[in-house]
Amino acid sequence: MSSPDSGVASAPSTAPAGEDRRVLSYVDALREAVAQEMERDASVFVMGLDVDDHKAIQGSTRGLVERFGPDRVFTTPLSEDAMTGVAIGAAMAGMRPIHVHIRNDFLMLCMNQLVNMAAKSHYMYGGAVTVPLVVRSMIGKSWGQGAQHSQALHAMFMHVPGLKVVAPSNAHDAKGCLIAAIRDDNPVIFVEHRLLYFSDAYVPAEPFVTEFGRAAVRAPGDDITLVGVSNMVMECLRARELLAEVGVSAEVVDPISLMPLDTDTIAASARRTGRLLVVDNAWTTCGASAEIIARVVEDPGTGGTVAVRRLGFAPTTCPTTPWLEQGFYPNPATIAASARRMVDPSAAPWEPDPEKAQLAYQKQFRGPF
Amino acid sequence: MAAHDPRLVRTLYRSLRLIRRAEERLAEIYPSDKIKSPVHLSIGQEAASVGVCDALEPDDVVSATYRGHAAYLAKGGSLPAMIAEMYGKATGCAAGKGGSMHLVSAERHVIGASAVVGTNIPIAVGHALAFRRQGRDRVVVCFFGDGATEEGVFYESLNFAALHRLPVLFVCENNHYAIHEPLAKRWATDRLGERVATYGMKTHLVPDADVFAIRDGAAAAIARMRAGGGPEFMECRVYRWREHVGPNEDYDAGYRSRDEAVPWMDGDQVARLAAMLEADVRAAVDAEVEAEIDAAVAFAETSPPPAPDALFAHVFAG
Ligand SMILES: Cc1ncc(C[n+]2csc(CCOP(=O)(O)OP(=O)(O)O)c2C)c(N)n1
Ligand SMILES: [Mg+2]
Repeated sequence: MSSPDSGVASAPSTAPAGEDRRVLSYVDALREAVAQEMERDASVFVMGLDVDDHKAIQGSTRGLVERFGPDRVFTTPLSEDAMTGVAIGAAMAGMRPIHVHIRNDFLMLCMNQLVNMAAKSHYMYGGAVTVPLVVRSMIGKSWGQGAQHSQALHAMFMHVPGLKVVAPSNAHDAKGCLIAAIRDDNPVIFVEHRLLYFSDAYVPAEPFVTEFGRAAVRAPGDDITLVGVSNMVMECLRARELLAEVGVSAEVVDPISLMPLDTDTIAASARRTGRLLVVDNAWTTCGASAEIIARVVEDPGTGGTVAVRRLGFAPTTCPTTPWLEQGFYPNPATIAASARRMVDPSAAPWEPDPEKAQLAYQKQFRGPF
Repeated sequence: MAAHDPRLVRTLYRSLRLIRRAEERLAEIYPSDKIKSPVHLSIGQEAASVGVCDALEPDDVVSATYRGHAAYLAKGGSLPAMIAEMYGKATGCAAGKGGSMHLVSAERHVIGASAVVGTNIPIAVGHALAFRRQGRDRVVVCFFGDGATEEGVFYESLNFAALHRLPVLFVCENNHYAIHEPLAKRWATDRLGERVATYGMKTHLVPDADVFAIRDGAAAAIARMRAGGGPEFMECRVYRWREHVGPNEDYDAGYRSRDEAVPWMDGDQVARLAAMLEADVRAAVDAEVEAEIDAAVAFAETSPPPAPDALFAHVFAG
């Protein structure tokens, strides 16, 4: 069985042939997507705090300013609210800005412009205006990111009509989704995960798009459907391996895009397995997991036939101390244990081997940021 | 140079030295991974916190940022509780939940530090509003960086504080960089004080981190504020000697040169005040400071981690 973090990720699940067997990291896939689109379309530009410094947003903008120059790749003052408006204005005027934030948390400073202007303009002006804007940001995790550097607020954006929200879980989709986002005529909230940056997958060298609104079955199974959001796809794949040891066969589905959301693929899988466990890298209340489950249960074909459950952040603020942070996040062991209980409520409590539940990227990650 | 009161020199030196040595010690500890969280050192910038906080009464309030060790310690925040916080221990000043970026001390009136740039500025103004409503004589000092002055909320807060003549001293620690971006890439002019003055408040510039100038400027401003003079603004030009986040130097990273740092290092206030003290006084202070740091590190090392159910405490008050 392929293992998502040691070697090459299992997405796309069948390894391609020939030239497409090129392995790329998530961070390099992001960079390549932007470079190829900037090459293709002179209206694409990159702005955001620190996109042009030597750390290059943890590598994801590396080399862009050297290649495309400071007119097309530039830092901004610390003025997220205004800069979001500036990006929206430029988008309305025919450009395709990519506004970059090193943490998802900082999008809270952009909320007014994103919700009241970017999301609304096309509709409110009766189609007269379009906002082809991409807003990239990264969810932080571990090394004490804490209260204000670890949040995953994608559900807030899913809530608002007019915004698209994508959360690729692997390097292949990172590239395909970012190109699709840049070419999209709508504002797209592009959600990245810090710990995925150094995960590898097969990624075609040529530009390609990953279509929004199409979920992918990452690994087949019969007893339960696990839906993971963002890096939780990786954690679900590891949970699936743990579950196999106790004879439970789990199917792992990756929604890829959260808005639009491919309910059909998820519901079809859940109807077949009879059980649906949605694991979000976020809080569950009013979250993506709640939305996914509501849509599946509302689907006339599903009715009351599927047992459902959510996992996500503990309903607390994220603490910095590692002793508490552990309990804040779902992990392969807690996912597997929950799935097992859903499949076999009468089975004796089972705790997977914590060593096997570790993901390589979690072992490797070290600060200072 | 005018002679300074030796007691004042000793007091300021002790505070400067404690902050400098504590941070140097933390930088030495950091590679051991006992501190698993981002750490933003103030080394080189201590004079701003030390000078301003020396002008405060114990009851006055300080608001700081993620680069807040200096302000927290200068206001008298507990060093053992700070280091324990960075170790993620239950005895930390925020019970291990905040880490280096979110220092807080209710006893010493250091209101919680924030890591979202600019967020602490209106919160500080809100404290000043409350104190005025409560008829209390307390003042608030709000520390922030040069980058924070680019956020709209900074100007909105200045305007409100000036309009209501609230007792806030805004202190910008201008270290010339926001992460790795120099002022020239962020500001069309460096006339920050002029910009602020147009909101209707007195402004001060201390261009060389002179701790006495900072102290005297703050003391005069605070006296005026207590007499109802309204908010004032002080820009302290300083220099960050280490990397933005983490324990190391980064002069080889390409965004700045060591040459640029040299004049600031030559003007180091810790060394300057050390040289003003009698040798035995200085030795006694140094020994005291080392002992205090040793004890604080030992406290952090031996403190217990939080119990697992502490995760669920403090979501709501009451
Ligand atoms: C609103 C917001 N935007 C971006 C960041 C990322 N960030 C952290 S520190 C920093 C630079 C702040 O510079 P300055 O205010 O000068 O303070 P300094 O770090 O130099 O002390 C930035 C951009 C943040 N924490 N908050
Ligand atoms: Mg600065």
